[in-house]
Amino acid sequence: MSDTPAQNVAFVRTSEIPPSPPPTRETGAIKWIRENLFSGWFNTILTLIALYLVISIVSGAAPWFYNGVWEADSIRECRDILAGKTGACFAVLVDRWDHLVFGFKYPQDAYWRPLVAFLLLLVAAAPALFGKIFPRKMLILTAIYPFLAYWLIWGGTLWLPVLVAGSIVATGLVFRLVEGMAVNMRQILAGVVGLLFGLGLAWLLFKGAAELVFIASNIGGSGLSVIPYAVFWAAGIFTYVCVIPMGIFVGYAIYQSAEDGGLVTIVTALFAIYIMLAYLLGPVSGAFNSIIPLELQAVPSRDMGGFMLCMILGTVCVTLSVPLGIVLALGRQSHMPLIKGVCVVFIEFVRGVPLITLLFVANVMLAYFLPPETSFDLILRVIIMITMFSSAYIAEVIRGGLAALPKGQYEAANSLGLNYVQATRLIILPQALKISIPGIVNVAVGLFKDTTLVSVISMFDIVGMIRGPIQQSTDWISIYWEVYGFAALLFFVVCYSISQYSQWLERQLQTDHR
Amino acid sequence: MAEAAKLQVSDEVAITIHNMNKWYGTFHVLRDIDLTVQRGERIVICGPSGSGKSTLIRCINALEEHQAGSIEVDGTLLSSDLKNIDKIRSEVGMCFQHFNLFPHLTILENLTLAPIWVRKTPKKEAEEVAMHYLEKVKIPDQADKYPGQLSGGQQQRVAIARSLCMKPRIMLFDEPTSALDPEMIKEVLDTMIELAEEGMTMLCVTHEMGFARQVANRVIFMDEGQIVEQNEPEAFFLTPKSDRTKLFLSQILGH
Ligand SMILES: Nc1ncnc2c1ncn2[C@@H]1O[C@H](COP(=O)(O)OP(=O)(O)OP(=O)(O)O)[C@@H](O)[C@H]1O
Ligand SMILES: [Mg+2]
Repeated sequence: MSDTPAQNVAFVRTSEIPPSPPPTRETGAIKWIRENLFSGWFNTILTLIALYLVISIVSGAAPWFYNGVWEADSIRECRDILAGKTGACFAVLVDRWDHLVFGFKYPQDAYWRPLVAFLLLLVAAAPALFGKIFPRKMLILTAIYPFLAYWLIWGGTLWLPVLVAGSIVATGLVFRLVEGMAVNMRQILAGVVGLLFGLGLAWLLFKGAAELVFIASNIGGSGLSVIPYAVFWAAGIFTYVCVIPMGIFVGYAIYQSAEDGGLVTIVTALFAIYIMLAYLLGPVSGAFNSIIPLELQAVPSRDMGGFMLCMILGTVCVTLSVPLGIVLALGRQSHMPLIKGVCVVFIEFVRGVPLITLLFVANVMLAYFLPPETSFDLILRVIIMITMFSSAYIAEVIRGGLAALPKGQYEAANSLGLNYVQATRLIILPQALKISIPGIVNVAVGLFKDTTLVSVISMFDIVGMIRGPIQQSTDWISIYWEVYGFAALLFFVVCYSISQYSQWLERQLQTDHR
Repeated sequence: MAEAAKLQVSDEVAITIHNMNKWYGTFHVLRDIDLTVQRGERIVICGPSGSGKSTLIRCINALEEHQAGSIEVDGTLLSSDLKNIDKIRSEVGMCFQHFNLFPHLTILENLTLAPIWVRKTPKKEAEEVAMHYLEKVKIPDQADKYPGQLSGGQQQRVAIARSLCMKPRIMLFDEPTSALDPEMIKEVLDTMIELAEEGMTMLCVTHEMGFARQVANRVIFMDEGQIVEQNEPEAFFLTPKSDRTKLFLSQILGH
C-alpha cells in the first residue's frame, strides 16, 4: 500500500513476479496426511488406533516371513532349522510345487504342455479382451485357441480337435447355405429335416425309455424304494407311448417354422454338427492319425489337478456361461411362451439348487442316467454343471441390464427396420452388457473361486491337493498357513486381475462424457 | 401459407388407414380412424394430451399393433407378418420426442447402421450418404462424437438425418421439438421445413402452430381417440367448426 499512492489508479506492471514454489506445508505428503489422516480429533484417534493395529499385525507376521525356511524335506526338518523361532516353512511350496500346480498324477515330462497352453491363453485372450488395442485379425488366434489348448492339455491325436473345428466351420457353411435358399426350397428342406429330426428324437426317446425301465428294475431289484421305482416305470411307459407323436410334433413344428426360416436354419445346422460329432469324428480322426500321426501322450481327465484344474474349469466355464447367460436372459424376455417358460424354469431351478448338489449329480448321478456304454468325461460333466449354475446367475444379471434400457432404444431400432437379431446384437446387447459388467464380473469371480468345490467330489484341484496328498503325507502332516496362504495368493492374483480388467473395460465403454 | 400452396401434392396414395381401431386392454384409444395421405402431403396432427396422437402415428410403422381395420403403407398391407413389418419400417422414417439415438455408437455409426445392415449398402457408400445428410442438418463436424456430447437440438437433427439415411418415402414425427429449449426448436424446425420443401411425405405430431401454418397442407385435430376435424391450415385456424377444436385452439394460441 505504502509504495502505491492512492491517487495513482492507473497501473502498469514494470517487473515480472518470479514464480515461487508453494509453501511446503501445503504440498505433497504433509498436506495429504493433514487432510486425510488428522483432519479432526475423531479422525486423529481413528488414525492412531489403525496405525497401532497395522504395526502390531506387521511386526507379528514379519518374523514368520523372514525366518521362513525354503529348503527342507519335511516339516520336522523345518522345525529343526527354525529351532523354536517363529517362522514359515515355505519349503513345502518348493517341495510340492508340481503337485500344487499340476496335481499329482499329471505326467512330469508333459508339464510343458499346460504351461504352453497357459502362455497361449494370454495371447489368445488379449485380442478378445482388449479389442480396441489389438488388430481384429488376431481374433483368429482366439478362435483356434480352444482346440489347441485341448490338444496340449489332454493330448491324444491332433486330428480330433481339428475335425471338431472343421465341423463347426462346416456347420456355419450349412447355416449360410440354408439362409440363402429360396423360400420354397427352404420349406422342402424343413420338411426333410423335420422328419429326420423327429425320427431321431423318437429313437433317442425310445432308448431313454429303455434306460428308465432299466434303472427302475435296478432300483426295484435292490428293494430300495417303491416310489422312484414307480416314477421311473411311469416315465418309461409314458415315453414309449409318446415316441411317435413327439417325433411327428417336432417334425411338424420345424416344417411350420420354415417360412420364418430362422429356426429351420438353426436346427439344420445343429443337426449337421450333431451327425458330424457323433458318427464321423472318432473313426475319421483315427483314420487321419494312422496316415499322418500327430500325437501327444494322452492324459485322462482324472489325472488333471492342482491350480491347473482350477484354471481350466474357471476359463472354460466363464467363457461358456456368458453366452449361455445372454441366451437365457433373452429367452426369458421372449414373447413366445414355450421359450420363455423353458428359460424361466431352467434359471429358477438351477439358482435354487446349491452348486455342491449339482457337482454330486455330475459325479455320481449322471453315471446312472446315461446309457452304460457312453463314457462321459468327468471334467466335461463338471464343466456342464458349473456352466449351468453360473449361466443362470449371469442371465439374471443381464436381464437387469436389459430392463434398464429405455424402451425408446428398442423402438428406434425397430423403426429403422432392423430385425430382432440385428436390433439385439447391434443396439440392445452392447448397451445391456455394458450395464451388466459389474454383475457379470461378480459372478465370474465367484465362479472361479467355486471351482475349488470340485475337491468334494474327490477331484484334486489345489484345495483338494492340499487337503489330501499334502496334508496327509508323513512329510508335511498338518501344515496349514503356508499352503493355504499360497492358494489364497494365486486366487487373489487372478480375481484381482479380473476386477481390474472390468474397471478398465467400463472406462473404455464410457461414451457419455469425454 | 403461401409457401405451403407452392408445394405439390401428387395423386398417388402413400398411406391409407381404414376404420382402424385400437385398444389398450379395455381402453379404446383409437376409434374408427379413416385417413388417406397422398404422396407429398405434410400433415400436422394436434390435439390435447392423451388424445391418441402418438398412438396413431406409431400404428403406421407398427410400433403399436392395431386390433381392427386396416393400414396400408406404400401399397403394403400391415399385418402381423414380420417380413411386411420390416419392409414398411425401412420405408418409413420416424423421429421421437426423446431422439432415441444409440448412445454407444458415434454419430456417424448411428447414421450408417441401418443402411449397412438393412439395405446392405457398402460401408464406404453408407458413410458418404451419412456425411451428406449430416451436412444437410448442418452438423458434419460432429460426426465422430457420441450422442451424449451433443446438445438436444443437435441430437434431434442427428435423429432426423439418421432416418433420412434410409431414404424413406414417408417421415413420421412425434413431438420432435417438445423436449427442446426455444432456440433449439428453431434449428430443428428449419430442418423439417427444408425437408417439406423437398416434397417429403410427412406426418407430424406437434404443437408448433407456426410450423403448421407455414408448412402443412392439412391439419388434423384429434380428441379422445377420434379425428374430430381436419382442414387446410388457414381454414383450420381461422374458422374452426367444432367446439372442441375452438376450445383447444383458444387454449393453445390465446394465453
Ligand atoms: N402402453 C400403454 N398402455 C396403456 N395405455 C396407454 C399406453 N400408451 C398410451 N396409453 C394411453 O392411451 C392414450 C393415448 O396416448 P397417446 O400417447 O397416444 O397420447 P398423445 O395424444 O400422444 O398424448 P401427448 O400429447 O401427451 O403425447 C392415453 O390416454 C394413454 O394413457
Ligand atoms: Mg404423444
